[in-house]
Amino acid sequence: MSPEARRRRVTLAFALLLAATAVAVVAFMTLGARGNWSFVLPFRGVKLAGLVIVAVAIAISTVMFQTITNNRILTPAIMGFDALYALIQTVLVFTLGAIRVSAMDPRVIFAVETGLMLVFAGLLYRWLFSATVRSLHLLLLVGIVFGVFFRSISGFLQRIIDPSEFLILQDRMFASFNGIDQSLLLIATVIVLACGAAVWRMLPVLDVLALGRDHAIALGVDHQRAVSVTLVLVTLLVAVSTALVGPVAFFGLLVANLAYLLLPTARHAVLLPAAALVAMIFLIAGQTILERVFAFDTALSVVIEFIGGVVFILLVIRGAAR
Amino acid sequence: MTFDPRASLLPAIAVLLMLAVASLFFGVSDVSLSALWSEGADGRTAQILLVSRLPRTLALVLAGAGMAVAGLVMQMLVRNRFVEPSTVGTMEAASFGMLLIALFAPDLPVIGKMLVASLFALAGTALFLQLLRAVPLRSIVMVPLIGILLSGVIGAVTTFFAYRYDLLQSLNAWTTGDFSIVLRGRYELLWISGVMVLATYFVADRLTVAGLGKDFATNLGVNHRRVVALGLVIVSLVSAAVLVSVGVIPFLGLIVPNVVSLVAGDNVRRTLPLVALLGAGLVLACDIVGRIVIYPYELPIGATMGVIGSACFLYLLLRSRARVA
Repeated sequence: MSPEARRRRVTLAFALLLAATAVAVVAFMTLGARGNWSFVLPFRGVKLAGLVIVAVAIAISTVMFQTITNNRILTPAIMGFDALYALIQTVLVFTLGAIRVSAMDPRVIFAVETGLMLVFAGLLYRWLFSATVRSLHLLLLVGIVFGVFFRSISGFLQRIIDPSEFLILQDRMFASFNGIDQSLLLIATVIVLACGAAVWRMLPVLDVLALGRDHAIALGVDHQRAVSVTLVLVTLLVAVSTALVGPVAFFGLLVANLAYLLLPTARHAVLLPAAALVAMIFLIAGQTILERVFAFDTALSVVIEFIGGVVFILLVIRGAAR
Repeated sequence: MTFDPRASLLPAIAVLLMLAVASLFFGVSDVSLSALWSEGADGRTAQILLVSRLPRTLALVLAGAGMAVAGLVMQMLVRNRFVEPSTVGTMEAASFGMLLIALFAPDLPVIGKMLVASLFALAGTALFLQLLRAVPLRSIVMVPLIGILLSGVIGAVTTFFAYRYDLLQSLNAWTTGDFSIVLRGRYELLWISGVMVLATYFVADRLTVAGLGKDFATNLGVNHRRVVALGLVIVSLVSAAVLVSVGVIPFLGLIVPNVVSLVAGDNVRRTLPLVALLGAGLVLACDIVGRIVIYPYELPIGATMGVIGSACFLYLLLRSRARVA
């Protein structure tokens, strides 16, 4: 592909993504409204805001994470980030007791959990990524094992916890897209916007980081510092999305890789918004299908995993056939 | 690194035997040699030993060795280190088969269930390989990526129907590995897994060659297609037997072969015994711990396996990395 054709292709794909997002938003807001606009619009508006925030948080955190780790299969979810968040929540309930935790302001808990997560993730992953040996093989294995480790400790604590306390905990951890915590929505929006601004300023640095550690250093980027800042941003975004809707497994992997497939570019100024748009399309269209076609009779993750997986596999095969 | 896996076989066997003996004599009901001696062959102690403990120990060994070997075979066939039956759609397809049985033929005898589950496992794995063939440009990360997403798709279909027909809880019960339900008469299918491990040993050299690539294997006179088909059958039968008898034991098939390959290389005939022993030993150890921690209750294998297994392997992995560095 010539640079010209490539640029046209990127522009076209981006425009199509924008259009698809607009269609999804309109469909979500208007389908089946039955004229009751004064109720429907604010009600669905809040839900839509939640979906958009989550989509942006997951997409940006995944793409940035893949940039600093220099590969396209590691995601915060696979490396155990949201498992770590769930573990912190479990430990909090386990040590303080569910009553005390649920009596506290959710924003305070969110702040405490995010703070703890920043400390742990910062220490753990900085140590992991700054090591001299950067074998993908080991990194992926260690990441999966860390994920299993965190999940199992949470699972273990959840088994020996008092059943009634477990119910409260379960409620907190498996929040669905239908019941987004509204008291957290505002603070989540603020955090995502702030992270977005920070990412915006980092865009050129991210482009250079994507070339790999040695090239980045040769080009004058303070690699260690840039990676640390990126990890902090990723951690914040993962905390936001996990607090709002719970762990999302492979969703980040899916949207990031779809964005790479659809847009043949390495510029983060294009990739990050594109990945966010893909995530929005999936979440909003998935939620619409869930509400209108299946009448809530299934889970959003089921719809997303099915459609997303099929789309991804088709794209890979089509890309190979050409 | 020069490391002869045969040298570590004897200690591994010794540890496995010790674990097996511990598994026989540890549990809620007291089983001791003196009671066994005084009560004789028809006593209560002997009954517990024969009906519960022995089947459970055998099931642990067979399932552990089977899953670890299935992971190894899968990794040789696909020539990628990051695949195992539960990340390429095999387990999900088998669960889907189980769900269909529960919907349409709930009275099927257990061997029939196992056969249907094996067929679905076979179909799911074959679909994965077919997809891979459609993607000639395989990068090392693309293979597990496709596998993960394919198993996501199959899992989504299964969850969808399970949700519709209120079988989600049963689905969860099948898919979480648990050995506390194992009694005499309920585990015998797992011998199939043991037979498959032996069969793998006999075709080990062909698997090693197949792991070098299709062209290379053909050049050396190996019928690549037949070896792949054989490997598929092994993986499907082991997965289905383990799923039907005890449920999914995740993570074993991925980690055990990887750790063994890190220290002992890729010659299947040499590494296979070690993989099988390590798999069996790990499952045994985790199950014993699961019986101790909240005694007299039990933790399912998934919980203990996750904590102990992952802690051990983190240590191993990071230690070996430090040495390389």
